[in-house]
Amino acid sequence: MMRTRFQQGLDELKVRLLEMGGMAEAAIELAADSYRKRDGRLAQQVFEREKLINQSERTIDEMAVDLLAMQQPMATDLRFVLAVLKINSDLERVGDLAVNIAQRSLDLTQEPEIDVPVDIARMTTAVSTMVRRALESFLSAKSDVAQAVLEMDNIVDRMKDEAFINLVSQMKSHPEQIRAYLDVLLITRSLERIADHATNIAEDVIFWVSGADVRHNVRFSQEPDADAPRRQ
Amino acid sequence: MGVGIEVRNLNAWFGKAQVLNEINIKVSPNAVTAVIGPSGCGKSTFIRCLNRLHEIVPEARLTGSVQVGDMDVYAPGQDAVDVRRRIGMVFQKPNPFPTMSIYDNVAAGLRLNGYNKRHDLDVAVESSLQMAALWDEVKDVLKKKSGSSLSGGQQQRLCIARALAVQPELLLMDEPASALDPISTGKIEELIFQLKAKYTVVIVTHNMQQAARVADHTGFFLMGKLIEYDKTEKIFTTPSDKRTEDYITGRFG
Repeated sequence: MMRTRFQQGLDELKVRLLEMGGMAEAAIELAADSYRKRDGRLAQQVFEREKLINQSERTIDEMAVDLLAMQQPMATDLRFVLAVLKINSDLERVGDLAVNIAQRSLDLTQEPEIDVPVDIARMTTAVSTMVRRALESFLSAKSDVAQAVLEMDNIVDRMKDEAFINLVSQMKSHPEQIRAYLDVLLITRSLERIADHATNIAEDVIFWVSGADVRHNVRFSQEPDADAPRRQ
Repeated sequence: MGVGIEVRNLNAWFGKAQVLNEINIKVSPNAVTAVIGPSGCGKSTFIRCLNRLHEIVPEARLTGSVQVGDMDVYAPGQDAVDVRRRIGMVFQKPNPFPTMSIYDNVAAGLRLNGYNKRHDLDVAVESSLQMAALWDEVKDVLKKKSGSSLSGGQQQRLCIARALAVQPELLLMDEPASALDPISTGKIEELIFQLKAKYTVVIVTHNMQQAARVADHTGFFLMGKLIEYDKTEKIFTTPSDKRTEDYITGRFG
């Protein structure tokens, strides 16, 4: 017995979420470019993209709620729909963070250029890779790809910590440029938060694919308790 | 209080056709256990083996053991009628005795067991109807109305009251709500939840949402075998066996 309508609903949900993932990735790239090129028009494009991402979030939420209400998914299907709902809100947050980066970049275009002691391009590449790999793990339903994303998060965290130390030191020696350095600091913070959302997405993929909850470095599998019935 | 069940190496046949194959299962006391699976998987036969109803079908036989509390259901010399008194059963289609009053329907099992004192019967009938959540709806017409004059949902609760009147240790339910509308189904499900405080309940259901709603543990049967048995939330979120997964996600077959 194939549930054609239900399967179509699940497939469509997957496609829509991947499309939204593509929009979020593009927003990160645009925001990073607006910083790198000191180009306010690119920042404006990020603001436009974010509206589309928000629209997409609502559509996906509605589709997922409809499937839950009308098809009552179970087991792997239930985990899939729950994962989609959570990934959906993570991607929406990625859109917001891209906007934050674009806003800071726009601010920076109003400031004199500064000597930035942080490799923003390298950090952006790491963060974008995490988002892309997390979405790939969702596309291919592969836990090992998702697992690799979790391991990358530490690298980005270290980059952010280093950036913090270096930027504070610059602020001390160039207090007249403190505003610009604060903008850069906030950009690194937004990038690090995007990496956190990529991590969440990867964790949700692992939950969907294997049923395991790997959040917060604790593995919860649903082992039956001592008085639970015996399996044959 | 409800009792636990332990089934060991249970095999059952209708003639030459084997319908249950090496079933081993331990059912927790004072819990609701759901048995799910496609038509013909052996789930109804399984619960009918628990109270020795399987053997009343001609050509039916079984091997293995069933322990219900301290009772060895298939011990030599074990009285099948006594087994069925201690293990109540409710069927898919409500089957009140049609010509008997509501009161007599509930009292019937007690009378068969030799209880005839008016006061004792009154007390037992009221408490059984209370437990079956039917008392308030029928208390004024107990002896005026027949069992068959009630609605389908009320009839099913009457059958539950009748089963409870003889104070069973275990209550078996074979698709108890499949013929009922959603409101009546809701009442039966609420009742099942209340009943587990005093009884062990085993329910066969085709409705997986119902199993998910009412049961603490769920067993999935397929072609006479118990494929998977676990906590209900585990079965419906992360089943271990691919066949369980395929069945509950509707990809079966």
